[in-house]
Amino acid sequence: MQKIRVEHLTKVFGPHPEQALRLLDAGKSNADIRKTGHAVGIADVSFDVEEGELLVIMGLSGSGKSTLLRCLNLLNVPSRGSIFVDGEDVTRHGREQLLDFRRRKISMVFQHFALFPHRSVADNAAYGLEVQGVAPDERRARAVEALELVGLKGWEDARPNQLSGGMQQRVGLARALAVKSDILLMDEAFSALDPLIRRDMQQELASLQRRMKKTIVFITHDLDEALQIGDRIVLMKDGRVVQIGTPEEILNHPADAYVERFVENVDMSRVLTANTVMGRAREVAHPQDGPRTVLRKMTEGSDTSMLVVERDHTLLGSVTLDALDAAVSEGRKDIVALIQRDAPTLDPDTPLTDIINLMAEWPYRLPVVDDQHKLLGVVTRPRVINALAQSRATVAEPAERSANA
Amino acid sequence: MTFMIPKLPLAHSIDVMLDWLTTHISFITKAFSHGISVLIDGMVHGLLWLPPWLLIAAVALLAWRAAGWRVALGSLVGLLLLWNLRLWSATVETFTLVLISTLIAVAVGLPLGIAAALSKRTARVVMPILDFMQTMPAFVYLIPAIPFFGLGAVSASVATVIFATPPTIRLTVLGIRQVPKDLIEAADAFGSTRRQKLFKVQLPMAVPTIMAGVNQTVMLSLSMVVIAAMIGAGGLGGEVWRAIQRLEPGKGFEAGIAIVILAMILDRITQRIGRDPSARESGQ
Repeated sequence: MQKIRVEHLTKVFGPHPEQALRLLDAGKSNADIRKTGHAVGIADVSFDVEEGELLVIMGLSGSGKSTLLRCLNLLNVPSRGSIFVDGEDVTRHGREQLLDFRRRKISMVFQHFALFPHRSVADNAAYGLEVQGVAPDERRARAVEALELVGLKGWEDARPNQLSGGMQQRVGLARALAVKSDILLMDEAFSALDPLIRRDMQQELASLQRRMKKTIVFITHDLDEALQIGDRIVLMKDGRVVQIGTPEEILNHPADAYVERFVENVDMSRVLTANTVMGRAREVAHPQDGPRTVLRKMTEGSDTSMLVVERDHTLLGSVTLDALDAAVSEGRKDIVALIQRDAPTLDPDTPLTDIINLMAEWPYRLPVVDDQHKLLGVVTRPRVINALAQSRATVAEPAERSANA
Repeated sequence: MTFMIPKLPLAHSIDVMLDWLTTHISFITKAFSHGISVLIDGMVHGLLWLPPWLLIAAVALLAWRAAGWRVALGSLVGLLLLWNLRLWSATVETFTLVLISTLIAVAVGLPLGIAAALSKRTARVVMPILDFMQTMPAFVYLIPAIPFFGLGAVSASVATVIFATPPTIRLTVLGIRQVPKDLIEAADAFGSTRRQKLFKVQLPMAVPTIMAGVNQTVMLSLSMVVIAAMIGAGGLGGEVWRAIQRLEPGKGFEAGIAIVILAMILDRITQRIGRDPSARESGQ
């Protein structure tokens, strides 16, 4: 179901917005309009957000993404256009309706946290409830609940300045979650955090999102982040929408040279997953096989270990060449005792970065299994290297072509 | 060289206006004056009725709670010295005058400061008036104060309020305006009304700055006490004034030192009130 629909939204800043709008309609460029003392924040932006979707608005600084986000809760009053939330045009709301909309429907997380330094962590988290007029006991309980959700149990009475950046942003998130609004606006929410903490927060947001199913509009200038967390991405440039699509669509079919340039620098190891790089496991052993049979299969495949699966493809583990050799010389007849059952396995969704880390510790091929532990395929070193090389080639190629044209 | 244009009758017109005001509204100001003088007298008598050692102990305790043991010890020694110099009742009179002037100044200045911080139009009216109030020599206020409020402590406190209110107004404006933009956005984004934004975010965050303004107001009030003694305000200023007239430098210094001691105690204590306790812990 559609939660938010933005139609032809335009925001210009300056003393005489009507004049700037006329120039915009006449097809003048942003630079021309700037000469008149006006600035174009966003121009004719339309998109929609499904209920429960995480939509990323992405662009460089000055692309209008923050202006757009601030239009959604009317911190910026749009110069033209409509914003429908649950079918109601919020740009037509009066003062009371607007307060109610901000209090109950939509909440916001800020880039530099914007916590109130004179309030405790719990009082920060309870701010939205306080302005709604919720009684002190209840708002404390709900703030504590929200803080627990973001992993800050026990910090209720600390001051924001006693917390690290990552923890402060968790408070910011708790403050937004405590009001239980349907819509969450996140303005570069993780950009001020250092990279490791940023990845933690991204994962945490993803897991929160699986549980709570909020409608989230997330702003970032970091394409890796956008690809990582976004269900769909709106790419912006100079206040206009350049492309809207799923991460795959944007990677594989960039709308124009601008998007291509962006996509060129993507860290593919974070976009590709086990699913996309795995190959078929051509040779596998079965628990009924004898050591000699497995050894023969292995020499054909020139490998030093082999996966063992049941007839229904359930993965049991792997056997190594050394163990088989020893078994043959001891004259043993079956391999069940030789199976290593603690070998690492991959999900289809495991990103390539994690696979590469695993490969550093585990010298053999990595099996990919589904949630019933059935073998889907294997990931080998050559396949990983190949996938990385190819992804570079496919995104670099069109860029070169357009450069030649 | 002489001007061809005759001198503008500025002084005359001000006199005429003040005369008119005196005859038509002095009954209000006189009533106000009576109220304030009852308040001042009551407070002076009340404080003098208490034994000095009790009051000294109370001030030292307050200083200790607000600003630590050093300030407390300083206050204790300083006030004992004043008592010993037989300047106790003059000190109490001056303190009362400063306290009441400061209270009036804050009662007037804080709402004006808030109004000027929230509305550009109000700021455009208020700011030039503040410049006028601060740069006009303080003596000048004393002259018209007498016909409106009569000789004595009330005229002195009115002149003091005019002279000492601007820092409270200015720093209230500054304190509210310097609240970071994203905190204002956060307050708005969660649906705060203007009143909620003011009382839950802007004012609490402006408190340290506003208190710096109040501290300045206290200091300026104290600096007015000597001047105000010229219209019969009494107190430590009166002692200084008498020493000047009788050419007694020793007595003058005694009273002067007493003013300095009182100033330091008031300064140290008001500086610490309103400061964020967590900021003090981390040594900021």
